[in-house]
Amino acid sequence: MDIGEVSRNTKFLINGVPFAVEDVKFVKPGKGRAMYYLKLRNLFDGTTRDQTFHSSDKVEEVLVSSNDMQYLYKEGDHYVFMDNDNFEQHSVSKELLGVRSQFLKEGLVVTVSVMDGKVLEITLPKFVELAVVKGAASTKSDTITAQSKMVELETGGVLAVPAFVKEGDIVKVDTRTNNYVERVTTKK
Amino acid sequence: MAGDEYLRLSHIKANLERRALIFDIIRTFFRSEGFLEVETPLQVPTVAPEKYITPFNVNGWFLSTSPEMHMKRLLAAGCTKIFQICHCFRKSERGQLHNPEFTMLEWYRVGADYMQIIQDTEHLVLTLASRLRLGTTVRYQGAEIDLVSPWPRITVREAFLDSAGWDPFECLDEERFDVDLVEKVMPNFAANRPTVLMDYPVAMASLSRIRPGNPPVAERAEAFMGGLELANAYSELTDAAEQERRFKQEIDSLALERGNNTAMPQMFLDAVARLPECGGIALGIDRLVMLFCDAASIDEVIAFPWDVV
Repeated sequence: MDIGEVSRNTKFLINGVPFAVEDVKFVKPGKGRAMYYLKLRNLFDGTTRDQTFHSSDKVEEVLVSSNDMQYLYKEGDHYVFMDNDNFEQHSVSKELLGVRSQFLKEGLVVTVSVMDGKVLEITLPKFVELAVVKGAASTKSDTITAQSKMVELETGGVLAVPAFVKEGDIVKVDTRTNNYVERVTTKK
Repeated sequence: MAGDEYLRLSHIKANLERRALIFDIIRTFFRSEGFLEVETPLQVPTVAPEKYITPFNVNGWFLSTSPEMHMKRLLAAGCTKIFQICHCFRKSERGQLHNPEFTMLEWYRVGADYMQIIQDTEHLVLTLASRLRLGTTVRYQGAEIDLVSPWPRITVREAFLDSAGWDPFECLDEERFDVDLVEKVMPNFAANRPTVLMDYPVAMASLSRIRPGNPPVAERAEAFMGGLELANAYSELTDAAEQERRFKQEIDSLALERGNNTAMPQMFLDAVARLPECGGIALGIDRLVMLFCDAASIDEVIAFPWDVV
């Protein structure tokens, strides 16, 4: 792929390592060569770096597939997912998931980017619905504000919710911000 | 989305109004100087072969990358002072200061050289500032730029020796030239004054005349302001054989790099043989509008940038 075709979110390989383009600054003297100042994110370890490319430089396009996978179970520090198409199982580290791991419920379908059998990125559905299993912790130190409190979710995760949410309620969580959105159903 | 577009366009509406006013002032300026406004085709069978300018191909023809060749054909046919405002198209040029379709102002004067054309430019920019009630300064991205003429001139040799530590006339490395121009030379230009960078190495003459000497220099000058490369002026080359030799060189290097066969613009070469001594310039109007709107990005001065057409 010609460097001129690269834009934000393009992915390509440098020495076999996949990078995603986070930002492109295009500079070109009228009669001169174009320069591309790129901010790149290493898809293996998440680190970023700056690199400059010039007109007619070529980069190796990366073949990343996006598959729907179902969350199965946790095994030590790893989370196991199954590809819904070929039933292959993939183990994903806790680091890659970050705080989102606390919203993984058995059977949840997520989008997984895979390169050469290696998982690069996991995208959760924007919203997940989870049951509250343990209501407000009674101690005041758990209270963030007068109107909100911490509860434990069925996945083991902890979430700040408004005071009216009770044990047994189902709440909706935004996985991009890790915040409570609304109460879906309440226990009778 | 319709809502996004409404917001985007209402945000830049004042810039678009100012843009229209700037176009009016430019046209009035050139008419009062006795220039004829001309129009040349946007869809053309050949473009000037240039290594770093890629045209869009449309069914074997091209979208014009510059009106220069046709305007010179008009000069060769007897026009003496002409100007044009037109769209130009350059593939893959997209960034904060670039849109693949952009607007160029070009003018040519028979009997003038590159520095007289730079004087026209100073005069035009000062006229704009005055008509926009800014006096003789413009505030751009935090810098107060004093537009009073003459703008400081610096030769390519001086600028590169001062800022990059090498002399492009001694041993020209064109790749290093472009990188150092952007990373070392331009950042060293005074923030509060325009800068005219002049007298290029002969290998970078493009369509300009060579002034004999030791070393010989290409009579080419570029105007910079507020970090923007605004315009590129030449004492125009009127030697058809030399023009053909330069084009041939570009065509060969394009064939080597891209493996394509660029056609020689023969009608233009025929006209160069009859071209009187003249000077001309290409000025990026979008950037001029950016300057007078204090806009950081070209997207703030054109209604429909490439990505939202």
